[in-house]
Amino acid sequence: MTFAIIWFILWGVLWAAYFILDGFDLGAGMLYPFLGKSESDRALIRRSIGPMWDGNEVWLLTAGGATFAAFPAVYASMFSYLYTALLLVLFALIFRGVSLEFRAKDKRASWGKFWDIGFVAGSLLPALLLGVAFGNVFRGLPMDAAGYHGTLFSLLNPYGLLTGALFVALFLVHGAIWVALKTEGDLSKRALALASKLWFAEALAAVVFLIVTPFATKLVVNYLVRPWWFVVPALAVLALVLTMSYAGKGEVGLAFFASAATIGLVTATGLIGLYPNLLPSRLDAASSLTLFNASSSPYTLKIMTVVALIFVPIVIAYQVWVYRVFRAKVAAKDAETDSFY
Amino acid sequence: MAETVIGFSRLQFALTAMFHFIFVPLTLGLVWLVAWWEWKYVRSGDEKFLRMAKFWGKLFLINFVLGVVTGITMEFQFGMNWAEYAKYVGDIFGAPLAIEATAAFFLESTFIGLWIFGWKKISKKMHAAAITIVAFGTALSALWICLANGWMQNPVGYTLRNGRAEMTDFAAVVFNGTGWLIFAHTVLAGFVTAGFFVMGVSAYHLLRRNEIPFFKASFRTAAVFALAAGILVVGTGDQQGVRVAKHQPSKFAAMESQWETEAGAPYTVFAWPDRTNEKNAFEFLKIPKGLSLMGFHDGAAMIKGLKDIPREERPPILPVFLSFKLMVAFGFFMILMAFLGWLKGKRGRLESSPRFLRLMVWLIPLPYIVIQLGWIVTELGRQPWLVYGLMRTADGASASLVPSQVLLSLVLFTVVYGALGVVDIYLLAKYSRRGPDKDGGHIKVSHILEAEGGRP
Repeated sequence: MTFAIIWFILWGVLWAAYFILDGFDLGAGMLYPFLGKSESDRALIRRSIGPMWDGNEVWLLTAGGATFAAFPAVYASMFSYLYTALLLVLFALIFRGVSLEFRAKDKRASWGKFWDIGFVAGSLLPALLLGVAFGNVFRGLPMDAAGYHGTLFSLLNPYGLLTGALFVALFLVHGAIWVALKTEGDLSKRALALASKLWFAEALAAVVFLIVTPFATKLVVNYLVRPWWFVVPALAVLALVLTMSYAGKGEVGLAFFASAATIGLVTATGLIGLYPNLLPSRLDAASSLTLFNASSSPYTLKIMTVVALIFVPIVIAYQVWVYRVFRAKVAAKDAETDSFY
Repeated sequence: MAETVIGFSRLQFALTAMFHFIFVPLTLGLVWLVAWWEWKYVRSGDEKFLRMAKFWGKLFLINFVLGVVTGITMEFQFGMNWAEYAKYVGDIFGAPLAIEATAAFFLESTFIGLWIFGWKKISKKMHAAAITIVAFGTALSALWICLANGWMQNPVGYTLRNGRAEMTDFAAVVFNGTGWLIFAHTVLAGFVTAGFFVMGVSAYHLLRRNEIPFFKASFRTAAVFALAAGILVVGTGDQQGVRVAKHQPSKFAAMESQWETEAGAPYTVFAWPDRTNEKNAFEFLKIPKGLSLMGFHDGAAMIKGLKDIPREERPPILPVFLSFKLMVAFGFFMILMAFLGWLKGKRGRLESSPRFLRLMVWLIPLPYIVIQLGWIVTELGRQPWLVYGLMRTADGASASLVPSQVLLSLVLFTVVYGALGVVDIYLLAKYSRRGPDKDGGHIKVSHILEAEGGRP
């Protein structure tokens, strides 16, 4: 059972890492038409996430793969129940990746416009739908011993949409701060100003989410049983406030870390409330998938723990290194060579 | 209802897997050639090799991204469409997939970013190392997914417990010879694909007398690469035949349209299976004991015929049989062409052989087709099993899906993938025709010098 608990935590860590890392490049993608007034600004925004977006997205694949290996029943149910929503996420990610790579491969204006749409829509949809999906997981899915009783549209309930809006807002602020951090001059200033404006939407979504969640979900139960866990949502709120405070002072780097912490802590807040469920049922508690009834065998979990202990630190080490290689702000002359490949 | 869902899900898996595998082979092979040329540049300082790394690297990247994005689909489809399968075997099948993501995807995706954008940021050696790491990442990715596939062909290291297959021996899964052979055969076939791609594009330019030294050098390296890999493909294929004969007798019998169980079975060069009458409608040229030799490396060995396999456990015979025969025939033809290419290159006769060069341009698609045929043999030959001998394909599909859902996704995949395929071919053709940049890429030499501390 210990290994199942370890994997529940790792599962949360993988999702949090994905939201923090892909969050800023999804956010930058959503803001692309608003911040990218000129062709050179657009090139700079693309360039600011160019070296990283692909590596960031792999955290999603790893979260998916880890779900399969550690909680096969959750992997099977979550992805087949949320079939159409996940399908849209897949198409969005496909278009997004192709857009980023193909955008500069042809000089025709219509070509650029088409892939720009792919980039923006491909950034918005995953942010929104992953939020909707997690909102529905928090809320519990309409499933029982007979199977699943929902549709794509039943996912779009008010609480699911609220969580979707929260995710979008988190990533928008995160992305705006990233662009401010990675660019210079006017673009950087505009990005930071936009981050400060968007922060109010983020704070509003977060406050509404915190107020509504105890009524819409059972997440609060764990907190009432062990009140010291309230420190996590409290820290999330603190990180959120710090984001604004640093952004206001022009401390863009610190604002980015505060924003990253906000996303990580919001994810943790949800998962602490969820424990030990991974996929709760809102119809019948006995049909909930938990780390007890949905996990792989102790043997498999042990193997996977060893694998994770070896590879995850290595991955973190070289990703940190690559981020350091590209730590400089992207300059106009870099954007020229955007079309290099 | 359930049959329709299974039918659509099978079609969709076949479509998405086959489409994914249009891009993967070129990636698996071309990356090593690009790394090779970049290291040649680092060692010799000769700008020609830098231009080669950049030109072929550009084509590599156009292709690479589609391999990446179509791979995302594969990672999730087991849960989306094959939930019963995922539940039943996830304890053992999930592990290689998770390891593939953790050990390989990160490597590829992180270092490809470093390679694309790192020309001015890191040293030449580090840069060449980056593409080499990507190459290892692609191979590692292939290894883990082939180990997962190998387990479906030849399930090992598990026990049936708690209503599912649970892993009992990780080492057995990792050292499953079936998976390793599929891996070797697949990656080497990717090398052949890349070899023919480079030879074909080079032939196009040599025919037009464009950049002759550049494309002659590219052609010659690619010919050696394709020839060596092609020979090894045959070797690994032979070993696979032995394993299939032992572990998947129904697939082996279908590949050869062998109806009767017999010792010292002959190899039939060509035949036409007649399913209704359970015999071959005609047979052309039999080599005594050939099939026993192929399957067991023993002329007297007993070969199980289709008649001794219950009808409901036989794979579709005709497509498996035809795919196998065509794969083998085209495979040997490609080795011959690679050999001719190597010979003509060595003797300096490439530019004086326009007919040969024209043919090489037309042969660019052939390895792609042959690889698809190979996967048809492997996957269709596994039917009706999802996991050979353990779980039927019909039992693996998601119970919660309705036909309209899967039909919608199938249509969307067809349309979207079709469009992406067109765009990819357009871009590959465009950049292949354009040829290498005169100045070694859009990067200005002054930038490189700046980054390396030199003067512009």
